[in-house]
Amino acid sequence: MTSILLSAKNLSVRFGGVLAVNKVSFDVKQGEVFTLIGPNGAGKTTVFNLISRIYTPTTGEIDYLGPKGMVKLTDQAPQDVASLGIARTFQNIELFEHASVLHNLLIGRHTHRGSNLWQDLFFTAKAREAELRSREKAEEVIEFLGLQHYRDTYVAGLPYGVRKVVEMARALCTEPKMLLLDEPSSGLNVEETEDMAFWIQDIKNELGITVLMVEHDMTLVSKVSDRVVAMNQGEVLATGTPREVQNDPGVIEAYLGSVDDVSSLRRTAPAHKEAA
Amino acid sequence: MAFLAKNSGKRSDATMRFLFKTDYGQDINLAKHGGHVFWYSTLVVLLVLAPWLVPEYWLAQATFVLIYSIAGLGLMLLAGFTGQFSLGHAAFLGVGAYTQTYLASKGVPFPVALVMSMALSAVIGVVIGLPALRLKGIYLGMATLSFGFIVEEVFARWESVTGGNAGIRVPKPEMFGWVVDSGQAFYWICLALTIAATLGILNLLRSPTGRAFVAIRDSEISAQSMGIHLAYYKTLSFAISAALAGLAGALYAHNLKFISPDQFNLLQSIDLLLMIVIGGLGSVHGVFLGALFLITLPQGISFVKDFLPDFIGNAPGLKSVIYGTVLCAFVLFEPMGLYGRWLKVRTYLQMFPFYRKGMFKRQKSFQKSDRLK
Repeated sequence: MTSILLSAKNLSVRFGGVLAVNKVSFDVKQGEVFTLIGPNGAGKTTVFNLISRIYTPTTGEIDYLGPKGMVKLTDQAPQDVASLGIARTFQNIELFEHASVLHNLLIGRHTHRGSNLWQDLFFTAKAREAELRSREKAEEVIEFLGLQHYRDTYVAGLPYGVRKVVEMARALCTEPKMLLLDEPSSGLNVEETEDMAFWIQDIKNELGITVLMVEHDMTLVSKVSDRVVAMNQGEVLATGTPREVQNDPGVIEAYLGSVDDVSSLRRTAPAHKEAA
Repeated sequence: MAFLAKNSGKRSDATMRFLFKTDYGQDINLAKHGGHVFWYSTLVVLLVLAPWLVPEYWLAQATFVLIYSIAGLGLMLLAGFTGQFSLGHAAFLGVGAYTQTYLASKGVPFPVALVMSMALSAVIGVVIGLPALRLKGIYLGMATLSFGFIVEEVFARWESVTGGNAGIRVPKPEMFGWVVDSGQAFYWICLALTIAATLGILNLLRSPTGRAFVAIRDSEISAQSMGIHLAYYKTLSFAISAALAGLAGALYAHNLKFISPDQFNLLQSIDLLLMIVIGGLGSVHGVFLGALFLITLPQGISFVKDFLPDFIGNAPGLKSVIYGTVLCAFVLFEPMGLYGRWLKVRTYLQMFPFYRKGMFKRQKSFQKSDRLK
């Protein structure tokens, strides 16, 4: 029995009149790939933003197994989430554009900084040593994701597909326990998506990091996910293995519409209907 | 690897320099290769020997360049690396200048007074940094602008300390019985402080603190999710920036020997901002190029003035018109400033026969990096 890493209980968020997330509960187990799926506007990214504390839930709470035992994530300051071991990527890529790839990764090491302001100012032996350690760690991630070629390139000049990988690399540099990936395959071509699937599996199997992701590409989802939760209009429709969720009638209805919806669209002549 | 590195060193005279890295220290060191060590050492030696190499008038101008560079380093850290604009930076310069004057006239030794001027400026910087946590872009500009006006007004009204609009005389720097009364000695003091400030800023920029500033500049939301405390680092940036401006202000006061509130008005703030924009936002080199530009341009104007017809040469506001035109030209044609231009020239020379015309053509992209901050 694996332990539960993160547990969302009855999460609701209201933006004015919009109920973006409505009583959502789910548990993420340690070491699994857990995916949120659902049509646009289902509230998936909002759930992510709740976990990374960009939003505060109107009701409900999130429990998280941090390095010092269970904590209430909803009580943490936004910048403290990273040091609890939660790293994230963004749907529309939020890299530090006017810095090199290496620089971006080193910023990812911020929670592990081994020097204070004064040591930095005089660049003491301790600061140098800490820098070397960070540099080594960053290199490990570069090697893991095959970014050697782009190490010193400025992000502003990189193609979209590479930026996605760099963003994931930056998240890995924080040495997280849990990685939140917001649509890792959006904007990637078929080949890049396959690479992404391998990396997600490697992250789970080799690095032992729990992955929580939002994803639309069902091939990728079924390939890497252990469990899937489907959402629609802020509510949870179904939870289970990818196959179970895909066959759930509620989920099919959310994506394709119900049989009734379709029949009402069928155009039939009234006379014909009467005759039938 | 060592063989390759050696080989490339030989070839670098003819074509581009290829830098082979064999340990992580090379990414961390300030001097990336032997060329850096040689040229920067030469520069420092020349600057130290300058009092014997150039006439006194030019030495006085060089002192001004150094003082403006210190203030520019602070503003560059704030605007160029943290992305927080300040339109009231002359106020910090003024706080430093008046604190120094007051303390020096009370007989406080020069270095002690200098540290206290920096500290007071930094404290005021923190106070101004607090609204910066909520304001962005043009609104932050407005807040710092009005702060500048308030401080200028304080200088004018608090006559018992500042001497009001009539101005106040600044005593000579004095420490432990030694009175700095030659321009040379003061130049060396400024040079030492400039080098120290530059090394400090460079050290910050290659360590986690400086990277946090850059992260905030490029994406606040992302910086926050990497564990960077936005409020702390923005305030810190304001404090360091203000402390450097305060230091520059203190030296400025001693150099001018007389200060009055109108030296720390809006125009001075704009001059400082102009300096770092023309030098090249986001580069430490840019600070020095900008400071050189700011000090030499008026000299150039007064030199050219004699050759111009009277109605242009003696027209009031000639200087402002030229400044404005130059700034517009830079924003339009060389947003990377003088340092950006230098990089292009250097690349051209390094790649000599292989330079392509469109190499530095700016890519029109509509990514977030182009959004107004």
